[in-house]
Amino acid sequence: MAERSFAREVEDLKLGAGQEFRGEGILAITKALLECGVSYVAGYQGAPISHLMDVLSDAQDILSDLGVHFESSASEATAAATLAASVMYPIRGAVTFKAPVGINVASDALANLSSGGVTGGALVIIGEDYGEGSSIMQERSHAFAMKSQLWLVDPRPNVASIVKAVHDSFELSEASNTPVMLEVRIRACHVHGRFATRDNVRPAFPLARALDQPSRDTNRIVLPPASFLHEKEKVERRWPAAVEFIHARGMNETFDGDIDDIGIIMQGGMYNGVITALREAGLADIWGETRIPLYVMNVTYPIVDREVIDFCRTKKAVLMVEEGQPEFIEQALHKILRNADIPAKLHGKDLFPMAGEYTAQVMGEAIGAFIRRWRSDALPDSARAPNIDRVEVDDKIRALADVVPPRPPGFCTGCPERPIFSAMKLVEKELGPHHIAADIGCHLFSILPPFNIGATTMGYGLGPASASAFNVPAGKRSISMMGDGGFWHNGLTSGVGNAVFNQHDGVIVVVDNYYSAATGGQDIPSSRADNRSRSTKHPIVEAVKGVGAKWVRQIDRTYDVTRMRDTLREALTTEEKGPKIIVASSECMLNKQRRVKPQVAAAAKRGERIVRERFGVDEDVCSGDHACIRLSGCPSLSVKPTTDPLKDNPVAAVDNTCVGCGHCGEVADAAVLCPSFYRADVVSNPSAFEARLDRIWRRLIGALQRRRAGRRIMFEQEAA
Amino acid sequence: MNVSLAPSSIALSQARPITVAVLAMGGQGGGVLVDWIVALAERRGWFAQSTSVPGVAQRTGATIYYIEMIAPDASKPGRHPVLSLMPAPGKVDIVIGAELMEAGRAILRGLVSPDRTLLIGSSHRSLAVIEKTAPGDGTADAAQVFDAANVAANRFIAFDMAEIADATGSVVSAVLFGALAGSGALPFASEDFEATIRVAGVGVDASLRAFTAGRERAVAELKQDPKIKPAAKPPLAKRFPRLEPIGHADYDALVARARLLPEELHGIIAAGLQRVVDFQDVTYGSEYLDRLEAMPRETTGLLHSFAKYLAIAMAYDDVIRVADLKTRAGRFDRVRREVRASDEQVLAITEFFHPRIEEMAGLLPPRLGEKVERSERLARLIDRGRKLRTTAPSSFLLLYCVAGLRRFRRGTLRHAREMRHLDDWAQRVRKFAADDPALATAVCEARRLVGGYSDTHSRGESKFDKVMQASERLAGRPDAAEWVQRLIKVALKDADGTELDGALRTVETLFEDA
Repeated sequence: MAERSFAREVEDLKLGAGQEFRGEGILAITKALLECGVSYVAGYQGAPISHLMDVLSDAQDILSDLGVHFESSASEATAAATLAASVMYPIRGAVTFKAPVGINVASDALANLSSGGVTGGALVIIGEDYGEGSSIMQERSHAFAMKSQLWLVDPRPNVASIVKAVHDSFELSEASNTPVMLEVRIRACHVHGRFATRDNVRPAFPLARALDQPSRDTNRIVLPPASFLHEKEKVERRWPAAVEFIHARGMNETFDGDIDDIGIIMQGGMYNGVITALREAGLADIWGETRIPLYVMNVTYPIVDREVIDFCRTKKAVLMVEEGQPEFIEQALHKILRNADIPAKLHGKDLFPMAGEYTAQVMGEAIGAFIRRWRSDALPDSARAPNIDRVEVDDKIRALADVVPPRPPGFCTGCPERPIFSAMKLVEKELGPHHIAADIGCHLFSILPPFNIGATTMGYGLGPASASAFNVPAGKRSISMMGDGGFWHNGLTSGVGNAVFNQHDGVIVVVDNYYSAATGGQDIPSSRADNRSRSTKHPIVEAVKGVGAKWVRQIDRTYDVTRMRDTLREALTTEEKGPKIIVASSECMLNKQRRVKPQVAAAAKRGERIVRERFGVDEDVCSGDHACIRLSGCPSLSVKPTTDPLKDNPVAAVDNTCVGCGHCGEVADAAVLCPSFYRADVVSNPSAFEARLDRIWRRLIGALQRRRAGRRIMFEQEAA
Repeated sequence: MNVSLAPSSIALSQARPITVAVLAMGGQGGGVLVDWIVALAERRGWFAQSTSVPGVAQRTGATIYYIEMIAPDASKPGRHPVLSLMPAPGKVDIVIGAELMEAGRAILRGLVSPDRTLLIGSSHRSLAVIEKTAPGDGTADAAQVFDAANVAANRFIAFDMAEIADATGSVVSAVLFGALAGSGALPFASEDFEATIRVAGVGVDASLRAFTAGRERAVAELKQDPKIKPAAKPPLAKRFPRLEPIGHADYDALVARARLLPEELHGIIAAGLQRVVDFQDVTYGSEYLDRLEAMPRETTGLLHSFAKYLAIAMAYDDVIRVADLKTRAGRFDRVRREVRASDEQVLAITEFFHPRIEEMAGLLPPRLGEKVERSERLARLIDRGRKLRTTAPSSFLLLYCVAGLRRFRRGTLRHAREMRHLDDWAQRVRKFAADDPALATAVCEARRLVGGYSDTHSRGESKFDKVMQASERLAGRPDAAEWVQRLIKVALKDADGTELDGALRTVETLFEDA
């Protein structure tokens, strides 16, 4: 079960013609897919489209009622390959994943798909993870569209436009026999808005019919001579067909303005930012009225040359608003304008920064510069010479830069991955530092304080693969990390299989937390949960042994730091050759809490015996050196000031968000830190026997305590 | 500029949306707050758009949510507004910081501006990792955030919302929603806010309690004289006991003796005296005073430091002390309070001990102890983690008996070592006191470096020893005290001691130049 439930929201997917949908972008996309009559949907989770997968997963009943097949793919490559169903049959299908990393993985399938072309509408919905909050390398998906000649749709970032883009994209795909990528940026995925719904449509051509009456056409297969024909077909038939459709359908939009000797061209996704910047300059309003003409490219590839020419023909200057680099569109516009002998001056990356997100500030500055240069008379005084009260220059505010601490994401309270790295720190103390190849997933937080572990990341599931070269005789072995998500995505073959085959002598740690946790807690083959539509509970250890690994250790409770440390030490020092594989398993705490909390609340309501565990620190025993925190970083383990005049440092303290995972106590034990940690088991509704025994014990212990207290001098603060 | 304005043939609406930025940490309920605000606006027929940057960034990291909302324009039926997906510096009407440093972050990012921004911040702190990992006190200075907020914001409302959330059994986001209602910054009635919470339907009663408390508090804050700016809570003051008789003849005699020392030191002396008497006995308290009285009294700063660190050094952390502290009745009550166990609930306390051979040998007489300490066989036997359930009679009795070894403490190996170490230090302090009281004080304060258990203890002691050696080397220089203080500061900053070694090398260069 995923971290977030959309059980309530998916009811909105049933809305029909003439009704209004209100909600998040991803939910709107799902609704649009159903309105378009898709037969199948597949994908791989990852921000910012994780929730799209979760919505689809929660909507399974609605999907199957409509005859739509939904699948959580093993990887983006699997998802993209799924679109093969639309090659020979008039079947509409959609897949989704994050970009550009997902497209990297999927590109083999996408290239093949684009080569042969499609019969039914094939849509690839990509969540473009670029700019602030992105957790991946900063690149553009645009290049993939160009290299494979598949079309890239980049709608204005409002729910209604995105929904319209879904409808148009299917038709575009069918009109040009080409798969279409629909790009939704990170914020647009989660934008809240509304649109008028249509009825859901059952697929016209059921998947079962294709199975029962299969058809084939050698010309659609990527093998010479068909593959040579594909290239010709792309440029001679499919491309022109796409341009014709885009133009005829009016997928790109032009907004007229009265200052018509200049204009702004933009990717659809930039539209709201452009309007906001123009509004601040007094040249547009909140309802989208603009004085500067705008040409909005809701399709950024292919470009409809004649629309660009028409827009620029009478203008002395235009500005291209294109986020990311290289500036593919701007380069293309230069060629188009030159070929057509249009004299309009083209601005773009000369006014905008080449790298980085087009934030509100960047947008405002660049558009302001463009208008000041060409039509400064159009600007009100305030925008011509902005007289902003720059508070940032105040000393008190500048001083904040040294005060406000950075707060990068980190392991959650009670995270089962934390003890793995605590153990690694302890091993480091004994055996010295090692080359540690990190991977993508929550475990990558190890690179940050307090652990500072991990040298490189080379992509999802590629941790062990990225240590491949380090397979030479040396005093120390490499350690590589991999999550269960990455393991099933490709790591089993690219990492473990490769290490077995090449007799790699390193250590591979597979972090098994029962979910694809970083992407929002989706199930994967090794998940322990019962899932009515997926087959789970396939142990990683069996898979690893299946590909030939011999030295394999399963740790069932990662919180046992001592055992974790000893196992790591053994893996690093054993005489045995070949990969040493440690599978460290404990349930993701975030998901566990979500699973267990309602159960506990229900049990409490029924008056059943419940044990609540949490940890604490004895303030007077704590010496305030914070060594425990340097091996933990748990959000619930913090420090607090003390009133004791003999203590200089704040003391460690566990707050009420503690979930009782036991990590701090285990670390204090394994690292021989200090005896200030205690675990408290608080038993509600104890059994009668338990309660009586407790009373007797408390009386006995109380008597002893009074006895000793009587012999000691009691000072006031202790009595207080 | 003498440029005439281009005439406009398009009538632009002057309406602008209300803009709200919420800065929270992942897991703080920022998303819930944003959903409420959007639902509230839509409930009143407004357009509202919210965006966030979710994903891995939400795992305990700083997260920004952004909302724009606007009332429909009757003259433009069917038109939807074009709203921005991200905040622009200087253009945000309401900034909500779900934690004090997140409010500070909003200011740093330029989202808070004096001409328009209402800043609502919870003044509670949730410490970032780098604040917690410093061996000394790495906590960021809250007062500076208040100073900046009072400059940057048009209005600033701040109070401890975590405390209210805790008291009402809810979360910070509900209190923030209440504060937003109380601020009057949104043109919606309090009833609409409450109805929004009810419709959302999760934890309604607790949310409403927190909401009401937050709203009332915000209203009260706004009623105050605007000249009174919100200020950070003063740092928690140290509680010094009184140097007074308590009706125990022997102890009171010590008090009478101690009162002859300078009056401004009575607080720290009382604290020290009580600590050492509590650690051992009244005679030990008398020894404390002996050592104290042997120190020159001219410099009270030095005497103050010595009184403090002498007590800490004398009341060292040994197994007997830990067992004693863990078995006291007051401690059991405190744990019960801390973990919020009611009297009807059964509470089991489990201690995490990991005694090493050193701790065990330390309990023995010196000669025997030293022999035992060298035994690897015994070490293997002893050195392992032990979980003791102090609320059960057997483990309690064990610890109780260990605590009872107090009367033999003076004869133990550990005590002998501690006293030797202490005497060395005290002698050095006395030696410097005559010529350079500032250096003597700094040497006193270097005791800060010693503390903790096992590994941490030995690392601390090694740092301490290095600083002591440096102090000997530096003695006689006019800047000796300054240097020692600098070394202490550096040593406190990093756990491994690499920075200290660097600083010590710098000290060496002082002499190369000379």
